[in-house]
Amino acid sequence: MSRLRKLQKTKIFLFVLSVFAVPAMDAVAANEVNIYSYRQEFLIRPFLDQFTKDTGIAVNVVYAKKGILQRLKQEGANTPADVVLTAGFSRLKALKDAGLLQPVDSAALKANVPAKYRDPAGEWVGLTLRSRIIAYSKARVADGAIQRYEDLVDPKWKGKICVRTGSHYYNRALVASMVAAHGEAKTEAWVKGLVANFARKPQGNDRAQAKAVFEGVCDIAVMNTYYFGKMKFNKKNPEQRDWAASLQILFPNQGDRGAHVNVSGAGVVKHAKNRDNAVRLLEFLSDGFAQKMYAAQNYEYPVKPGVGWSDEVKSWGDYKADGLALVELFRLGPAAQRIIDRAGWQ
Amino acid sequence: MSVSESAATPGAPWRIRFDSWSVGTVVLALILVSPVVAILGLAFLPTENIWPHLVSTVLGRYISNTLLLMLGVGAGIMFGGVCTAWVITMCRFPGRRFFEWALLIPMAMPAYVVAYAYTDLLEYAGPIQSVLRDIFGWSSARDYWFPDIRTIGGAIFMMSLVLYPYVYLLSRAGFLSQSMSVLEASRMLGYGPWRSFWKVSLPLARPAIAVGVALALMETLNDFGTTDYFAVQTFTVGIYNTWLGMNSLPGAAQLSAVLLAFVLVLIGIERAGRRHQRFHETAGRHMSLPSYELKGVRATAAIIICAMPLIFGFVVPAWILGGYAVANYETTLNNNFVALVQNSVLLSAGAAALALLIALFLNYGARLSGGAVVKVASRFASIGYAVPGAVLAVGVIMPIAWFDKTVDAVSTALFGVSTGLIVSGTIAALLFAYVVRFMAVSHGAIEAGLSRITPSMDDASRNLGATAAATLRRVHIPMIRGSALTAMLLVFVETMKELPMTLLLRPFNYNTLATFAYQYASDEQIEEAALAALAIVFAGLGPVILLSLAIRRSRPGHDPQ
Repeated sequence: MSRLRKLQKTKIFLFVLSVFAVPAMDAVAANEVNIYSYRQEFLIRPFLDQFTKDTGIAVNVVYAKKGILQRLKQEGANTPADVVLTAGFSRLKALKDAGLLQPVDSAALKANVPAKYRDPAGEWVGLTLRSRIIAYSKARVADGAIQRYEDLVDPKWKGKICVRTGSHYYNRALVASMVAAHGEAKTEAWVKGLVANFARKPQGNDRAQAKAVFEGVCDIAVMNTYYFGKMKFNKKNPEQRDWAASLQILFPNQGDRGAHVNVSGAGVVKHAKNRDNAVRLLEFLSDGFAQKMYAAQNYEYPVKPGVGWSDEVKSWGDYKADGLALVELFRLGPAAQRIIDRAGWQ
Repeated sequence: MSVSESAATPGAPWRIRFDSWSVGTVVLALILVSPVVAILGLAFLPTENIWPHLVSTVLGRYISNTLLLMLGVGAGIMFGGVCTAWVITMCRFPGRRFFEWALLIPMAMPAYVVAYAYTDLLEYAGPIQSVLRDIFGWSSARDYWFPDIRTIGGAIFMMSLVLYPYVYLLSRAGFLSQSMSVLEASRMLGYGPWRSFWKVSLPLARPAIAVGVALALMETLNDFGTTDYFAVQTFTVGIYNTWLGMNSLPGAAQLSAVLLAFVLVLIGIERAGRRHQRFHETAGRHMSLPSYELKGVRATAAIIICAMPLIFGFVVPAWILGGYAVANYETTLNNNFVALVQNSVLLSAGAAALALLIALFLNYGARLSGGAVVKVASRFASIGYAVPGAVLAVGVIMPIAWFDKTVDAVSTALFGVSTGLIVSGTIAALLFAYVVRFMAVSHGAIEAGLSRITPSMDDASRNLGATAAATLRRVHIPMIRGSALTAMLLVFVETMKELPMTLLLRPFNYNTLATFAYQYASDEQIEEAALAALAIVFAGLGPVILLSLAIRRSRPGHDPQ
């Protein structure tokens, strides 16, 4: 009995030892940059590997969908993180407001990223753009029948529209942009009209909406551009190409304010231990190679002007983006969420 | 403090040994409760009042959906779990030995993965509807009606499929440990098998069944993956919407506090319902339970009862995932698959062992002490299970950061050396988080086990001169071996599947099977996630089989051939 307990104790001790050995080993590597990422790692891994190849700087990543801000805040001055990558603008702004980022004054960043896609104080930069587009059935909707987001509430589309849940941040940001354009009362009426036209209870992600149009469940879907790209050029699941082929995509509001866009971006952590490496990483991500790769692999729009869009992205044509300052999307986010709740956009 | 340490404490005769257990129990409980306390603290931070808006818009829907989901899942798992456990324990029929462990397998399936798999199977473009369209010549979704899987009904079905094993496992342990003499008395008094079940076995197994149902319902309450995918707006979805949509973490913490209160009331009601019932086993442990030999139609019925949950909870989703895994194995294998498996298994084993040790300590501390404080502390140690995972992760960060900062400050003041982060971002932080979250699981199993041991056993052992620790080691642990193994199995499987806390608290470049599967699954690329998801199930299979055998051996007299 007692020998068994001793054995168990030894095992537990070894386990505890190994637990502490892991971070200790990590700390040995010197030339590195540490990322907390809201973006899925497999989406950004190819760029990071290239960065390591080019510079010899090792890149370490923790990906999480929720709570990175709280982790950074609690770790305080001792945080190992140098860079935060986000999938949408509102996280960047929240990080800045919490005082967790530091200003970066880099000529390269200024040259690569247009002013409207970076923080005036230099605490964050946008890296890619995604546009929220309307996709409709080639067979069942006439070209030109829809031009603007506002057209979606026309009663003639009753039972024809598919879109994901209202509280998803893509939709919340879209509603926020509507609030900026029309004010709260009109936007609420718009959301109510949209809900009245739903073909089914919102469900699934953007791709699922396109699929629903293909299936005939609905005629019109609202989705992000890169989901369309991923379907249209899907090598592993050729059936997704059929879904994309049945759709016509449309950049809304080209005659007025432009299509709603959101940015993914990055910022340097206030207490970064590898600040120089962090800035280098941001510069790398905003420059030609990475920008091209965003377009070619993820079907996102580069922020750097003049960087070649991939053929796929080019095939969707040029478009006018809503010039609304990103800060407004953040400021109006809670109001948008309330409208979504009130209008019953589940 | 570990069990053996306190056993080694050299006690002066007047020093009350019993105290070290009480103090230890309270301190451990406080540490385990600290993340939840931190969340409650967040709730009091200044924030705009979210309640008027929530009450006037979505709160009603959140609550009714949540209640409906809990009712549905509760009914589903009670029916599935208790029926299968009773048939397996009390009857003999072909395949019984296989089903005995196989019925546990669906537990290793992450609910959201099962949901994805079934959606692929049942949706318009899936094989079933395609075949139907070919047969009947329909050309679009408008030509026919087909049940929609992405509904609250679908969510109830998915969750029941993966959660019934909780009830099965615990009620089976409950049935197995029932005293033969009670059942004999029941039969002698003229009750048939059915009435014995309703009047004797079921009430005797109630504490165990209640623990199983409570655990599964808390899991249901906290689910985000399945409900989000099926767009069923539950209370948990509301918590995340408030946190991320309205940028109000304090508001989310307030909602979490309400959820917590709701869970505590539920648990309180259940406990009050059996306050005056105490079941202790006194004899007959090694006598064979009766077993009804089933033949013909009845044997077939038993096989069908046991096969259904297994087919729908494991075979169908595994078959779908298997197809994807074969087609997409490179993505996973290229990502250091072996390391993923190793990380998952080591973390889960570590969490299971730690949770067991601490649950033993807490339960035994409460058993030794008559004091209400200790008993309450022991019970409160397991409330982490009632808080949604991502919120609890934020709660876990806070006491850990406090600990790191304190050590850092002391060390800097005394030695001029900064210790930086000691626990934050390490596997130790992850293990702590798992123990906080899954303490309810092991605590419940151990509590159910200990409650069946009559206090006269303790008295006898102590009268014969054994210390409290020796009594635990030599009397209780051997007697509750089945419950202890159940506790380990449950925590192991839960940790394998755990996602939001693992995502947020892990070290750099550290992936488990669950986090790896999730990054693809969350993008609805279930094909790439399939192999890792299957690996979670298969890694859980080994322990499931081993422990199932061990649980059977825990009642050596019961081995009907």
